Amino acid sequence: MLDVQKIRKDFPILNRTVNGKPLIYFDNAATSQTPQQVIDVIVDYYSNYNANIHRGVHSLSQEATDAYEQARLKIQKHFNAKHAHEIIYTAGTTHSINLVANGFSSLLKKGDEIIVSALEHHSNIVPWQMLCERTGAVLKVIPMNEDGELVMSAYDALLNENTKLVFVNHISNALGTINPIEYIIEKAHAVGAAVLVDGAQSCPHLKPDVQALDVDFYVCSAHKICGPTGVGMLYGKEAWLNKLPPYQGGGEMIAEVTFEKTTYADLPHKFEAGTPNIAGGIAFGAALDYMNGIGFENIATYENELLAYGTEQLLKIEGLKIYGTAKEKTSVISFNVANIHPYDIGTILDKMGIAVRTGHHCAQPIMDFYKIPGTIRASFMFYNTKEEIDAFIIALKKAIMMLS
Amino acid sequence: MTIEEVQNEIIDEFSMFEDWEERYQYMIDLGKDLPLIDEKYKTNDNIIKGCQSKVWVHADLDEDKINFTADSDAIITKGIIAILIRVFSNQHPKDILEANTDFIDAIGLKEHLSPTRANGLVSMIKQLKLYAIAYQTQLK
Repeated sequence: MLDVQKIRKDFPILNRTVNGKPLIYFDNAATSQTPQQVIDVIVDYYSNYNANIHRGVHSLSQEATDAYEQARLKIQKHFNAKHAHEIIYTAGTTHSINLVANGFSSLLKKGDEIIVSALEHHSNIVPWQMLCERTGAVLKVIPMNEDGELVMSAYDALLNENTKLVFVNHISNALGTINPIEYIIEKAHAVGAAVLVDGAQSCPHLKPDVQALDVDFYVCSAHKICGPTGVGMLYGKEAWLNKLPPYQGGGEMIAEVTFEKTTYADLPHKFEAGTPNIAGGIAFGAALDYMNGIGFENIATYENELLAYGTEQLLKIEGLKIYGTAKEKTSVISFNVANIHPYDIGTILDKMGIAVRTGHHCAQPIMDFYKIPGTIRASFMFYNTKEEIDAFIIALKKAIMMLS
Repeated sequence: MTIEEVQNEIIDEFSMFEDWEERYQYMIDLGKDLPLIDEKYKTNDNIIKGCQSKVWVHADLDEDKINFTADSDAIITKGIIAILIRVFSNQHPKDILEANTDFIDAIGLKEHLSPTRANGLVSMIKQLKLYAIAYQTQLK
């Protein structure tokens, strides 16, 4: 079992007030908060061994390199990648996706097809549209149903020998739907297509095993899993990463340079041009240590309780509608109250110290599907409590009263 | 009244409110009451996309003064629009161009005019000023 009161002590930010009220942070799907253990690692790096990595002969550089590479091993172990060099450090999920999309420009030709899902974040749509413009490939979309689930029969119908890449998020950021990626991967492989899964929303709640999933690429950001912003990872199967050309040119990614020709470094450095976010990478490893210390099974059990409780309490409010009622979903509740704009509710909740997300959550196609301007989204993490949900419900009722 | 006089009047009114709830309730009521724009002007041409809430603005010249009408789909945004219109409407283009919106700070609503707020209000003020430039040119 998870001791939430003990856990909350790890997060200094949870002690602060907002507009004179204790902070209730329900915007975890946008970014998670950072425990002291991870903050300490960042402070320790800059206080004691800040140096550029992979090239110095001096001790500081060696220490920094060791810590950075140690963190890569932690990431490898966490995701159960076969090799450490299959883990590429990036600036985050969006960067990882662009890296793959850019690499595929040289592999695709006119008439090839890319499949994405209707549940995608804007950052998951735009790189593929740009890729299609560059290559003449065609973008196909797996539709969703009223519950916010992807329609697998429609997916089956989209797959054919022209399908080269399937791209889907593991969990939808706007609705919390957990997508059947095992099925999606198996079917894509049957027609010879590669699969890239966006794990930005799943990694805070579950522990993906990339080998068991047999996924070709898996990406995530550290800041959603109690780590710092500006760092993330791309997992790619060795064979795929060798096939993709380098993304950016610069230091670290070369083996030899003359004016006639440059030979590129081996994996993972081929994709890691320039001085990386060293402190960020090390803290990413520390964040995984922290989450694994609590245990993902404990996290899932506890967050499911919060989800069930929050859903039950919200549905008692008259005129409230929840969007995204998939059978498999994570601790994200997207909702609206009849005749009230989500922006107004979010503004009043903020006055009462409650942080929720309002708007289209960078997923306009989903909002268009439901024909709404946006939703209010409350997303819970393992450090939230039922008491906070109670306070949120009282505040929400007050906001509704003021706005009706 | 000059723009500055209207602004001071609003600051006086807001000073009577004791807490955020009274201030917001007042804005919400303003947002509910006022028919701010003729339906025929709520077109795509007049829309300012603020990402979160939508804002519509229309301007008419009445002799040498500009009258503004506007609306929003979010009620708090609409309440602030009501305040802005009260300040800028029925004024000379030149005065509109010279005016600022510092009074918003004094009435405790500063955060709503933050460029990162994405409610369309900053763009709306820019639009009011653009109308003022256009009509000023026309008047010359």
